[in-house]
Amino acid sequence: MEHIRTTKVEQVKLLDRFSTSNKALTGTLYLTATHLLFIDSHQKETWILHHHIASVEKLALTTSGCPLVIQCKNFRIVHFIVPRERDCHDIYNSLLQLSKQAKYEDLYAFSYNPKQNDSERLRGWQLIDLAEEYKRMGVPNSNWQLSDANREYKICETYPRELYVPRIASKPIIVGSSKFRSKGRFPVLSYYHREKEAAVCRCSQPLSGFSARCLEDEHLLQAISKANPVNRYMYVMDTRPKLNAMANRAAGKGYENEDNYSNIRFQFVGIENIHVMRSSLQKLLEVNGTKGLSVNDFYSGLESSGWLRHIKAVMDAAIFLTKAIMIENASVLVHCSDGWDRTSQVCSLGSLLLDSFYRTIRGFMVLIEKDWISFGHKFSERCGHLDSDPKEVSPVFTQFLECVWHLTEQFPQAFEFNEAFLLQIHEHIYSCQFGNFLGNCQKEREELKLKEKTYSLWPFLLDDQKKYLNPLYSPKSQAVAVLEPNTVSFNFKFWRNMYHQFDRTLHPRQSVFNIIMNMNEQNKQLENDIKDLESKIKQHKNKQTDGVLTKELLHSVRPESPTLKTSLCFKEQTLLPVNDALRTIEGSNPADNRWS
Amino acid sequence: MMFFFLFSVSGNASNPEFKKKKNSECLLRLRHEGLLNSCPAGVASCPASSCPFRSPRSPRLKLLESALLLGPRPTAGGMEFSELIRTGRAQAELLRGPGAPPLRGTLCVTGHHLLLSPGPQATSDLWLLLLRSVDSIEKRVAGDSGTITLRCKDLRVLQLDIEGVEATLDIARSIEALSSLESVITSFPFFYRPKGLRLGDAWHFHPPEHYYKRVARETNAWRLSEVNEDFSVCPSYPRAVIVPRAVDDDALARSARFRQGGRFPMLSYHHAPSGTVLLRSSQPLTGPQKRRCAEDEELLRAVLAGARPGARGFIVDTRSAQAAKQARMTGGGTEAKAAYPGWKRLHRPMERGRPLQESFVRLVEACGDLEQSMDRWLSRLEGCRWLAHVKEALSTACLAAQGMEREGACILVHGAEGTDSTLLVTSLAQLILDPLSRTMTGFQELVEREWIQAGHPFQLRCAHSAFSHARPKHEAPTFLLFLDCVWQLGRQFPLSLEFGEGLLLALFEHAYASPFGTFLCNSEKERCLCEVRTRTHSLWSGLNQPKEQRKLRNPLYVLNPLAIWPSVEPQSLRLWQGLFLRWTRPPEPSEAAWEKVWQIVTDKEKTEGSQPTVSASEPQP
Repeated sequence: MEHIRTTKVEQVKLLDRFSTSNKALTGTLYLTATHLLFIDSHQKETWILHHHIASVEKLALTTSGCPLVIQCKNFRIVHFIVPRERDCHDIYNSLLQLSKQAKYEDLYAFSYNPKQNDSERLRGWQLIDLAEEYKRMGVPNSNWQLSDANREYKICETYPRELYVPRIASKPIIVGSSKFRSKGRFPVLSYYHREKEAAVCRCSQPLSGFSARCLEDEHLLQAISKANPVNRYMYVMDTRPKLNAMANRAAGKGYENEDNYSNIRFQFVGIENIHVMRSSLQKLLEVNGTKGLSVNDFYSGLESSGWLRHIKAVMDAAIFLTKAIMIENASVLVHCSDGWDRTSQVCSLGSLLLDSFYRTIRGFMVLIEKDWISFGHKFSERCGHLDSDPKEVSPVFTQFLECVWHLTEQFPQAFEFNEAFLLQIHEHIYSCQFGNFLGNCQKEREELKLKEKTYSLWPFLLDDQKKYLNPLYSPKSQAVAVLEPNTVSFNFKFWRNMYHQFDRTLHPRQSVFNIIMNMNEQNKQLENDIKDLESKIKQHKNKQTDGVLTKELLHSVRPESPTLKTSLCFKEQTLLPVNDALRTIEGSNPADNRWS
Repeated sequence: MMFFFLFSVSGNASNPEFKKKKNSECLLRLRHEGLLNSCPAGVASCPASSCPFRSPRSPRLKLLESALLLGPRPTAGGMEFSELIRTGRAQAELLRGPGAPPLRGTLCVTGHHLLLSPGPQATSDLWLLLLRSVDSIEKRVAGDSGTITLRCKDLRVLQLDIEGVEATLDIARSIEALSSLESVITSFPFFYRPKGLRLGDAWHFHPPEHYYKRVARETNAWRLSEVNEDFSVCPSYPRAVIVPRAVDDDALARSARFRQGGRFPMLSYHHAPSGTVLLRSSQPLTGPQKRRCAEDEELLRAVLAGARPGARGFIVDTRSAQAAKQARMTGGGTEAKAAYPGWKRLHRPMERGRPLQESFVRLVEACGDLEQSMDRWLSRLEGCRWLAHVKEALSTACLAAQGMEREGACILVHGAEGTDSTLLVTSLAQLILDPLSRTMTGFQELVEREWIQAGHPFQLRCAHSAFSHARPKHEAPTFLLFLDCVWQLGRQFPLSLEFGEGLLLALFEHAYASPFGTFLCNSEKERCLCEVRTRTHSLWSGLNQPKEQRKLRNPLYVLNPLAIWPSVEPQSLRLWQGLFLRWTRPPEPSEAAWEKVWQIVTDKEKTEGSQPTVSASEPQP
């Protein structure tokens, strides 16, 4: 690659960002086309994908060398000290180039080859089928149908081809309404609640300005409320703060006037926009990156960043939606400005509360495919995959994952997956290793021919699903059919395992999840052993064969369990002495589960 | 002499047969609770007319009242319980916060309890509250009924809606008077006789001699001294203490005179892997004249000599350097560097006393507000500084433990009196270093040895919890801070502690109000005077009953032979929701999850256990 000037630098030091003793690991730094690799003297490898690099900084020269600080999008921060300034400069320049690609075709996904043939690749892409998902929800039915209006992306470029709309909404109504909505994103079905026959719909803001109306749009909303046979009124949730929505009116956009739409109940929710969220996360990271942080500075920083306030706002909005459906049996239409950030957050989180399917591993993939990928959340812009406008970058999807994590904390038995699953997905929205999150909408993805040139992440996660299973999951429990989270302020906690996932000194030193998982597996294994033995005994009794043979048979099954047992109990212990004697860390390490 | 105080029977003329049945059920339940094991007055001297054991047919409530309203008649100027109880009973409804359904029934105040007996149609059981656990009481009257809000020492908030204004006021006054009685020997532990436990059972459970046996196996440099046999050398130390073998009892007595409250340096923990020791004491009385004491210096010299030749020592002073210096003006001070060769002083200021109590009060206040915004909550969490105290305590304990484990140094910890933050540091350091102290028995022994027998003044410190309106005098949640730090350790090392959150919660509750005698009084001397050991039950025997184990144990425990070094970064410390939000958050999901963990673990034991049986049924050739 033309950007790489130095491929190998020796005697590089890696500093621990939280250690007070200034202890450093010495090792060799390698620069490859896709990764930065550091191998320390214990042969421990640290891989950093170029696409994960958010910023590279060269600090002032010190006596021991030239410091290079790399901040990653997955919240890893590494601090190298390169002995010669020239090497440091070379690496710095190469990384600047490598971490910011101008074209999609230069992203890792287009060169990543996991040794699958084309049919395997295709099967991987077909794993999640949204038509199947709508069928599961119960559409099409007598009130909802598949519309072919957007089959050629003619009405809305950022929507998928397949859209579900009320059966009584004719094509002229749809076209008319789409002209009255920002970016043509007219109201369509996002989730259908089969029992309540109520729908969650989504769209963008209306181009109402101070007084404009659109009869087709009004008809379409009426059609949505009519599609609900139980309740004739529907909620329209504007997820923005009221002030922002009013300011939009001056630009010819705005929100629905209750007088023009019959049977709607309009509600502002007050989630802030992408720019507020971006700077909020920035503040949060600044605070918790401080060395020797005091408890008071941490909490005042957490407060002034506003991060948890924003998380709570998203959660409260999803609860509002759930209650409208469960208690009032009313359909809900959700929008924000363009309907691809806050709207995606609220619709997906609301569906997750309502439907336990989305709390399974596969269901969660479907949910992300439906409400985020297919409805055009601009992953590439929000994650900064390419060298583009930094003002478009925002941690909207990270917030969604954090809301889900808070739910897993409040309902430890309601989710099939564990925290590692969420972290792994977060890892890959930035990694550009798989095609799923590239591009900003379905049309763009088709143009990039992602299904032919890249691989889908989901089959790889499913193959590895053992790592992501929650051992406490109890799918049959009635108490968790519909989740009703408590959003009192003190239920929201700082997500250490996300924002400090690579700062292992801050983590719990032992993992409960792993041990329970192991026990669960061991239980299953032992039960199988018992069944095995019992059947063999039965066989023996039936056949009345030679006893010596049986004994051997029995032995062939048994010896495994004692070793299993010891490995279970002492695994944590044997790990200990290997690491630094003082700050030993054991248990789960998300970094080990990486694909990269 | 015992007495019974009787109330008239309520006018509830229900079916006598039903009543009889209810009565016997009630007796059974009381027996089960251990509130009524045998006739408390002794059958011979029992006034026949009122003794529940003579006449099981007596009306139900009368029975309960007579059974619970027992107490010796205080002779020395005290009041009788009967004088404090304005009215015995009223109809009331009890609201117990989210999750628990309200209870309706007859409310009744007795000498030690508040009890609510549900009406005959109700299926739920009798509800009991130890009056001692009431921290503050608030009454409001409106129309012809009233409301009493009880805030308990375990942070529970209860609301009683009572019929009748007079009754409300009278009951409130009775609770107020009875819950603030200060006399130890009339307190409930002296009357509590639970079934299945024998008096004096577990009082010899964790004697200092027991720990000495362990030390003696590991080293010969220490001996058990009975210099304090009659508590004359140090009133807050136990009878037997572990001291350097090279120092005789006379020298100890002289060193004691040089230390505040007579608390001379004594062994707290011997760390066998590095052969070093952890000591604790109170501040030396150097005073403005910079006095010295040869025996005290000799004692610390002997400690170093006993460890190994050339060993170093650190004195961890839990006050700031400035505060330690200021203490000289009032007769206290610190060890002069020149007088104690080989010892180096480190200052690690820790909060104590009133600021700590205020921190606790403010945190509990913040946790009670369900409506506050996220910003307000975070700023209150910061403002109360509780987690900063947790961090301080853990880091100082880590410092002491690191000194022993990594630098092979001996550590002496003291602040001023040496009965609060000193114990916090020494007990936490042991938990970090010593795998035995992380077992169920080991931890109980640690609490007994390093808190109860070490003379932490529980009676003074835990007189009130976070809700009391009374001006705090000596209250401080030092022990609670210790439990919180242990909880943090347990969160970071979920497999290394044999006990779970349940034990920590139980210790918190019992330290503030308990039917057991373990946390009574301020020192061993006082406990001896009150005959606590012979006249009350020990909490340890209560907790170690098999039926309690599932609540208290950590099912995932695996012995971890190494030191457990916690992270003390603010991102790693968490608010102890299980304690501070225990009564305000719905507990179901987390409890169900815990139950599931137990189930998986017991399944594991079952399948493992069943295997040999299968192989045992191996057909013989």
